[in-house]
Amino acid sequence: MNANLVIVLFDGFAFGMLLFVLSVGLSVTLGLMNFINLAHGAFGMLGGYVAVTAMRQLGFPFLLALPTAFLAAALVSVVFERTLFRRLYRAGELNQVLFTIGLVFVSAAAATYVFGTGQQPIVLPDWLRGSVVVGELRFGVYRIFLIAMALAITALLVFGLERTRLGARIRAAVDNQRVAQGLGINVDRIFAVTFALGSGLAGLGGALAVEIVGLDPSFGFHYLVYVLIVVAVGGLGSVTGSFVGAALLGIGDVAGKYFVPEIGSFLIYLMLVAILLVRPLGLFGKR
Amino acid sequence: MSNTTTTAIDPAAWIRRQSRWSALEVAFWLAALLPFYFFPTYLMLASQIAVAALFAISVDLILGYAGIVTLGHAMFFGIGAYTAGLLSAKAGWGEPISGLLIAGAMAGAVGFVVSFLIVRVQHLALIMVTLGLGLLTYELANAMSWLTGGTDGLRGIDIWPIFGLFRFDLWGYTAYSYTLAVLFLGFLAARRIVNSSFGLALRGIRENVRRMPAIGSPYRRHLQAIYTISAAIAGLAGGLLTQTTNTVALESLSFQRSADVVVMLILGGTGRLYGAVLGALVFLLVRDRLSGVNPQYWYFWIGLMLMVVVLFMPKGILGGLTRLAGRTKG
Amino acid sequence: MASGEAVLSTRGLSKRFGSLEVTRDVSIDLPRGARHALIGPNGAGKTTLINLIAGDLKPDAGHVLLKGDDITGMATAARVRRGLTRTFQINTLFPALTPLEAVTLAVCEREGIATQFWRNLATHREAIDESHAILGQLALGDVATRPTRELAYGQQRLLEMALALATKPKVLLLDEPAAGVPKDESAMLFSVVAALPEEISVLFIEHDMDIVFAFASRIIVLAGGGVLIEDVPSVVASDPRVREVYLGSARHG
Repeated sequence: MNANLVIVLFDGFAFGMLLFVLSVGLSVTLGLMNFINLAHGAFGMLGGYVAVTAMRQLGFPFLLALPTAFLAAALVSVVFERTLFRRLYRAGELNQVLFTIGLVFVSAAAATYVFGTGQQPIVLPDWLRGSVVVGELRFGVYRIFLIAMALAITALLVFGLERTRLGARIRAAVDNQRVAQGLGINVDRIFAVTFALGSGLAGLGGALAVEIVGLDPSFGFHYLVYVLIVVAVGGLGSVTGSFVGAALLGIGDVAGKYFVPEIGSFLIYLMLVAILLVRPLGLFGKR
Repeated sequence: MSNTTTTAIDPAAWIRRQSRWSALEVAFWLAALLPFYFFPTYLMLASQIAVAALFAISVDLILGYAGIVTLGHAMFFGIGAYTAGLLSAKAGWGEPISGLLIAGAMAGAVGFVVSFLIVRVQHLALIMVTLGLGLLTYELANAMSWLTGGTDGLRGIDIWPIFGLFRFDLWGYTAYSYTLAVLFLGFLAARRIVNSSFGLALRGIRENVRRMPAIGSPYRRHLQAIYTISAAIAGLAGGLLTQTTNTVALESLSFQRSADVVVMLILGGTGRLYGAVLGALVFLLVRDRLSGVNPQYWYFWIGLMLMVVVLFMPKGILGGLTRLAGRTKG
Repeated sequence: MASGEAVLSTRGLSKRFGSLEVTRDVSIDLPRGARHALIGPNGAGKTTLINLIAGDLKPDAGHVLLKGDDITGMATAARVRRGLTRTFQINTLFPALTPLEAVTLAVCEREGIATQFWRNLATHREAIDESHAILGQLALGDVATRPTRELAYGQQRLLEMALALATKPKVLLLDEPAAGVPKDESAMLFSVVAALPEEISVLFIEHDMDIVFAFASRIIVLAGGGVLIEDVPSVVASDPRVREVYLGSARHG
């Protein structure tokens, strides 16, 4: 029983880290632009398909497929941001929700058209397969890799936001757009760059997710709910919040489905509603 | 200054004019009778459209008039559907009209409780709470399969003839008569609500919620009231679906249904009731046509329609038509 | 002034935003029928004080008393229903409603009939007629049935006032009622204030000193969040500290 608990915690944490990579970009862009981008999960799906295709068709190794997924999602997202999304920044949350959900529908249909409705398999390199055995516990190597990746990304994000010029500008713009503009910061450009980075991370998350949760055209929709929970619970614009929210959700989800499979999802949603009622701005939200 | 600037207009008459029935409205409802004579093979579809229209009206009341964005209203639709279904399947009570009223009352009661939570949150948190509650109800119904039948759906529903006279027939004559009558009554109620002083207060909330306290308005109580009313109407719609199809699927609580109804409303145009009816009509007709061709890509068209509506027709089809009519006139 | 006569009083009202103390131990009294002006340089905390009194902000310390009752913890809407109403410096209106609808709404809320969802609005004749009369009083009769967003700016300022009057206030807090209005029109706005019934007490923020001296019976000068001086206009005008505060702020821009 104890061993099970450790493994459930480990698997849950790994799943949470996956959710973190998928969601943190949305948290930052939401905090920055107040743009409710429900298509964030669709960029994750795009990353997944790019990675799978790059490996299968072009023979990319896994470690090269990951940055490719990142770049593809970042590039496509910035095109959308510059041409369409920016027109909706002042359009009210309902229009943002509707437009981006429309985009999710369209992307799911496009994915069906190109790839069919089936699951896309991914072949991991040997060194990421199998598991590490400690006593009677078996830790999946890929999950260890996932946790390491997420921690590295967290470190990069925190360092980037706290210590670099771009980070300082992003933080200034999140805190107060008008003041930032007054200080001569090109908020418009910051938007585009942040959006690209955030969606790129989603793309990376999508690529990393294939091994754990699979990939089919419903990905953008299915994981949207998880992503939104992470963002809403963690609080907008907070990297720490997303990290904690994702870890909680991942562990809660895996533990719930393991120990009380009948009502596992129910508990997650209950937790979501309860947290938002006590703290409408999320655990780490400031505004 | 005094009264010299007061013009001759009679303010009460002007207010009354805002809610007067137009010839177009009368024609619209008369046209709703056409399927009986011209499309008798489509009566079941017409009945489903009426159900969806009533559901969309319930959402219009909170989204279009009071500005509450919801992605979880299927919760109340489903509660109504299951209430009507369980009444017959488990309690053996198949009388349709009382069953429908109980379904509406049940959904309204749950809506009243939920309304206390809804008024506490705004913006993203509001969307997430409605979404979360919707998903939560779905999971709950799924987990309680001993009661709801789970993914197999609720079976064994037998609805008695309306007034003990009109059996639900295979072609849907009774079904469409029944759903159209309830839709019309629901519409009348909604129309009265939006044209009341309370409806004015709702528009005030939508236009500028920050100003409401400054004119002494207990606007949260208003929001709770309309949320409860809206939940009850959604419950009626759900109950109608059960009674006209003799089955309840888990799908009646799904996120898909919550999203679809918002799509219908946006498509038709918010804040004008007829937008809800028109949106339901277009949505279901198009789906009926397209599903024959390639059901997989139905949502491609929905998605595209949504994006186009948001970018180019922010007031929906009805808003676009109104503008067009205004342009040709003057 | 004995506080016993005061309709509205504040006692030791304080508020800080982070390290910035925007309201510092403010105790003022507004007697029945008062026409008090609240003046002070930019950043003196005038609007914050109005927000605290109206209930839009919660004070860190101190009390607000309306007719001797402590209303410090009361919500804004409840204060309005007790007769404490404010207007906003920036037009805070209902863009798609007509003035007739907006003012009728305020009247209905006051009468507690805004919850009657079963009655057509047109049957509330008295509320509609009263609303129309208020609009006529403020020279808005001609535009009563046009959407608010189509009204001229000055007319929107008048509508701000009409909405406040529709609540039948006993105390009226006016946050720069003539902000952004040309001088000749602002005189018209203040003649409306001057014509208000005797029993309404008014506290108004205004930058134009000609207007302040023409309409105020007493002047409260705020500086750095605290009350610098409160007295009749002639005394305030000759007070060297007031001069210094204004010149000082002018020097710093």
